[in-house]
Amino acid sequence: MTPLFAALILFFFVLFFGLFLVWVSGLLGPKTKFNKVKSEAYECGLPSQETHNTKIPVKFYLTAILFILFDIEIIFMYPWAVSFIEFVQSGAGPYILGVMGVFLAIFIYGLFWEIKSNALEWE
Amino acid sequence: MGSDVFEITVNLVKMLFIFLLMVQLVPVLVWVERRGSAFIQSRFGPNRVGPLGLTQLLADAVKFLMKEEFVPAQGKKLLFYLAPAIALVPGAVAFGSIPLSCPVHIQRFLMLQHWWGPYDFEFQSFHFGVGIVFVLGISSLGAYALLLAGWGSANKFSLMGALRASAQMISYELALGLSLVGAILIYGTFDFTEMIAQQAQVFNFELLGHAFHLRKYGILMQPIGAILYFSSIFAETNRLPFDLPEAEGELVVGYHTEYGGLKMLMFYIGEYGHMMVGSALFVTFYLGGYTIPLLTTTQINNLFLSMGAGPNVISILTALVFHVAFFAKVLFLLWVFVWVRWTLPRFRYDQLMDLGWKTMLPWSLANVIVTAVVVAYVRSK
Repeated sequence: MTPLFAALILFFFVLFFGLFLVWVSGLLGPKTKFNKVKSEAYECGLPSQETHNTKIPVKFYLTAILFILFDIEIIFMYPWAVSFIEFVQSGAGPYILGVMGVFLAIFIYGLFWEIKSNALEWE
Repeated sequence: MGSDVFEITVNLVKMLFIFLLMVQLVPVLVWVERRGSAFIQSRFGPNRVGPLGLTQLLADAVKFLMKEEFVPAQGKKLLFYLAPAIALVPGAVAFGSIPLSCPVHIQRFLMLQHWWGPYDFEFQSFHFGVGIVFVLGISSLGAYALLLAGWGSANKFSLMGALRASAQMISYELALGLSLVGAILIYGTFDFTEMIAQQAQVFNFELLGHAFHLRKYGILMQPIGAILYFSSIFAETNRLPFDLPEAEGELVVGYHTEYGGLKMLMFYIGEYGHMMVGSALFVTFYLGGYTIPLLTTTQINNLFLSMGAGPNVISILTALVFHVAFFAKVLFLLWVFVWVRWTLPRFRYDQLMDLGWKTMLPWSLANVIVTAVVVAYVRSK
């Protein structure tokens, strides 16, 4: 049994445990008749004004795109960080620092460009 | 993970046990949260059901089971039902890969006329070499549960809450991921067990004529990284001061507005599970994991040996002692979550995003650069 297989077992066990709880909670509760008003989505007691799939500010989309860009760059730093000590001990410290320095310079330039271009302003 | 019947059975039981441990801690945490908030605000809190109100959540759970089923008319049923089940998954699976104590060594023994070979059981559900990468990957799945709940509910409050939650979770994931890079630079490994072994080492120094013997705990090597990591955990778990997705004054309760009964409880289990994973990671990275500051493993072993215990019993008891130490640290951090909740006011949304992108991200970058230069200087000699 490899750890990945064990994780998969736990994953599906928890998922089905959750679905079982959802099913049980629907089974035990009182059965009442629903009318139009009762089954409406909650909106402080007023009739709904718009549908739920209304317009969403584009800022959220922009944030998600920027996140993907920066997150991938951060993921690249993980293998660098974990092999850093080996490189330093074999005498290649300045090399590995310089390589990451170039990468980080682009990262930092990108971050400050993004801040300057008001992509992160929430009014 | 092993290959014979006994070992596989023990591993499966262990997996179930660790999952139930996590689920069973939630009522206790809810009790701590309610009694703690009452303590801070000079109120009583729940004190009617059971001693000190301890069984209040048991009574609540029974009530939750008896609630009626409700799906909004325009709601998407599949997503609506799937979301609470998915909310449980990331916390449980991520918690399974964190070592909760030192491994248990079992020597050869005779059972059912068959010799069962020496075993090494780790005190965790599964042991990945890439530990932290797996945990980060799994725990970011938590955003799906919120988004599915927000979209499936067909409610504007839920949708806004889900959008805010996912935007803040992904924004703070950058600072969280980067603050851990500093610690990984020092440890040079992704593996939690190796990290803890490195933190158990002692370094000696003299200050003002006194000799000090300190463990190499991460919080001493990476103070800024520890602060940045701990603050981003608050945003990741949608806790005050970053609980914009559930801001009661604006959004009712955010993404789980339409949920009631047991399904709402499952979102709470997911949230507390996420908090537990965050605290356990903090303990593993910065507070020395399951080690005890002034005690070594051999000292504890010798203590049990002097009581006349056998080698298997000693191994199990030592693991239990370390397990208690680990959970003492985790529970203290969970109390800090409650403490902060009733101390700090809520941020505004633009302040929250500014803090994440313009303050914490540059600071964690600076932390990585300084750490890399210092490590390169110290280790090259």
